[in-house]
Amino acid sequence: MLDTLIAGLLRGNVYALGAVGISLVFGVMNVVNFAQFSFFGLGAMLAWFFITTLGLPFWLALPLVLVVCAALGLIINISVVRPLAKFLPLAAMLSTYAVSQILDNASQIAFTAQFRVFPPVLPNSNLHIGNMRFGTSDLVMLSTTAVVMLVMSLFLKYGKVGRAIRATSQDQEAALQMGIPVGLVQHVSFVIASALGGLAGVFIALYVGVANPASGLNIGLTAFVAATLGGLGSLVGAVIGGFVLGILEAFGIHFFGDTSRQIIIFVILIVVLIARPGGLLGKVPLISTEPLTGTFLGKGRPLRIPRWVWAAAFVVLGIVIPLLRNDYVLITGTQVLIYAIIAAGFTVTAGQAGVLALGQAGPIAIGAYMSAALTMQLHFSFWVALPVAGLCAAIVASILASPIWGVKGHYISIATLGLGITIVAVIQLIVPQGIYNIPVPQWFGTALTTPTAYYLIDFGVLVITLLVMWRIRRSHLGKVISSVGSDEVAALASGVRGRNYKALAFAISAFFAGIGGSLLAHQYTYIDPTIFTMLMSLLVVTIVIMGGVSLPYGAVVGAIILIGAMELLRFTPELRIIVYGLVLILVVRFRPGGILVRNS
Amino acid sequence: MTDLLALDDVNVYYGPFHALRGNTLTVGEGEIVSLLGGNASGKSTTMKTILGLIKVKSGTVRFEGEDVTRASTRHRIKAGIASVPEARRVFPQMTVDENLLAGAYTRRDRVGITEDLERMRDYFPRLAERRRQEAGTLSGGEQQMLAFARALMSRPKLICMDEPTMGLSPKLVDQVLDEIVRINKELGVAVLFVEQQAELALSIASRGYVLATGEIVLKGTARELLDNPQIQEAYLGKAKKA
Repeated sequence: MLDTLIAGLLRGNVYALGAVGISLVFGVMNVVNFAQFSFFGLGAMLAWFFITTLGLPFWLALPLVLVVCAALGLIINISVVRPLAKFLPLAAMLSTYAVSQILDNASQIAFTAQFRVFPPVLPNSNLHIGNMRFGTSDLVMLSTTAVVMLVMSLFLKYGKVGRAIRATSQDQEAALQMGIPVGLVQHVSFVIASALGGLAGVFIALYVGVANPASGLNIGLTAFVAATLGGLGSLVGAVIGGFVLGILEAFGIHFFGDTSRQIIIFVILIVVLIARPGGLLGKVPLISTEPLTGTFLGKGRPLRIPRWVWAAAFVVLGIVIPLLRNDYVLITGTQVLIYAIIAAGFTVTAGQAGVLALGQAGPIAIGAYMSAALTMQLHFSFWVALPVAGLCAAIVASILASPIWGVKGHYISIATLGLGITIVAVIQLIVPQGIYNIPVPQWFGTALTTPTAYYLIDFGVLVITLLVMWRIRRSHLGKVISSVGSDEVAALASGVRGRNYKALAFAISAFFAGIGGSLLAHQYTYIDPTIFTMLMSLLVVTIVIMGGVSLPYGAVVGAIILIGAMELLRFTPELRIIVYGLVLILVVRFRPGGILVRNS
Repeated sequence: MTDLLALDDVNVYYGPFHALRGNTLTVGEGEIVSLLGGNASGKSTTMKTILGLIKVKSGTVRFEGEDVTRASTRHRIKAGIASVPEARRVFPQMTVDENLLAGAYTRRDRVGITEDLERMRDYFPRLAERRRQEAGTLSGGEQQMLAFARALMSRPKLICMDEPTMGLSPKLVDQVLDEIVRINKELGVAVLFVEQQAELALSIASRGYVLATGEIVLKGTARELLDNPQIQEAYLGKAKKA
């Protein structure tokens, strides 16, 4: 029991460091900084690199890591976050998400994706008190954190810049009027947060004994939940939240096993968001101070597309490409079509309802697994399993997401991100291995196995999807959903219960995500949880934002560019993600309505 | 009388929206000047322009003869302009003392700051009593005093006050106006303040400007403005006799 407690303290230690950084940046900029998440992985990898490859001593490697992380943080803030944060906090958040993907994958290219054994620079398990075992390493970590927190709180309480940070986070406008250089304050906060992230990364590597470039996201998400638990913007809250979460998690793993981790974290997040949206120490945010309601992407006017373009696109995609009989083009085309279906269905959530859900991999996975189970266990025909899989995805995702519609802005994006990860984690818990031999579709007794057949099936589904989405946009329902997306308070004042319509939009999107998942499963004939990654969710969001967030046909264009072009250019997966991230940042920065929408 | 602050033909745009239309305004040393006008007439924009929080499209802003049109907020505060923001905007989770120190952010003379902290405590005894209390827990009137004291911490020659009486009870409004006069008389600080209630404003101001849709439509001494039939009709509720 005491061992578990110590494990909890050590993990909590890491979360507390991370949460303080997240809270600090949120306080002064009103942006949830996903890029911060990457510093956990990056800090670990850099420390590993400095120590094992360059042979530096630990006491030299640690400050080097902090300096590199701090410098990177400053660059990110200057180039990406600050230009957006003033006007479009939600866009800034999305950009930090892209930055974090870029950093993770750049680090994977630099250090490769494998798990590295982190050198035991300090002895562990060498101290005993009663039947408790712990090490010098643990003591150093805990006391370093204690010192860092003490210095931080003295700096914030008595330092001139520290006071300016607090003043800025409490009232930015008033701080400006006192002559406080808010820009500088934001830079300083970013630098501190990034260095803390790096430090936390080194600690987690020391604690678990391995380092991996992709490990940042999970720790980051947990640290974010810790910051939310404590109250975003409250630094004391972040520390408390970090330790509470670390201890709860340690006991959860002790009793329910390691796979329960993400589920525990997500449940805590949801409970906090519903029961006490301001966190333990934070104040409940008022509507008036919540700058993140609604969508930032509604501005501008879609380009007019002449009728003949539609006809030409239909002919090219539906007739010319299948007639080419080039398997490579057709297989790539099938991928494009499936993502176009998922993304087109997603426009009603992201564009019209203004909910930037970041976890579409969840419903996609549900559709894929349901379809596999229905055809293999219950011997359903593919044609029946396809819509049923969509329906199941819609129902399950809606039930799981039902608690989150009351929350707003950043929280809703984070909650959906957590939801996506949790769904995949639950699936992994139930079906740890992959599923093989998923049956191929049959057409009156003939197995459809050729790339042309898959392509045509998916093309047909895409056409239906676009028609349905077009119909929804035109309908009264579509207009109500749009009204919720553009101004939820105004919609509420007109008697529209926004959360119900958000949930409905999400269900529609989840339905098409499920359909897409089913199509994927029957094309691959093999699925496992590693297919349904964060990358998949990011890809869906990027496609939609690139094409114009509320335009279903924009999703088709986005899918052609992001999947078709990437495939034809034969980019490696890591490089692709970096390109996705860059595209996302550039589009959000310079063409926030998407490439098919003229800026207004 | 030399002009402490002089705005000359200032134009300000919010995107395509013409927010200030060639406005010219002066505040003399040690003077109390009132800025009147209805909602969205450009009063707050004028205040922000003087503080350098909004870029000027054309025209000049001068302070003590120096052209500060392109100068940063920080520079202007150092030069002697201070602000009491709209709705007070004290830092709610910082103590009274910390709020005062935030007001002295642009200063570097530690000794002087400590002295001024003492002076403010003498000057506003209520704040001295509550120096370790979080500003968010103060009453509206106390918060207003804190906002005044915070502005004074930068040793200004001019304080710009954006609706200092906003949201206060009538009794407190009188107190706040008395306080403005006291600061002006005893400390010799010039005051430019925005006020919706013309009669109250002109009771303490020596001169006034009336803004309407971004333009200064009337100006004059307090007496002239009070006697002006347009003002009486629009702001004082004395309708013309039919």
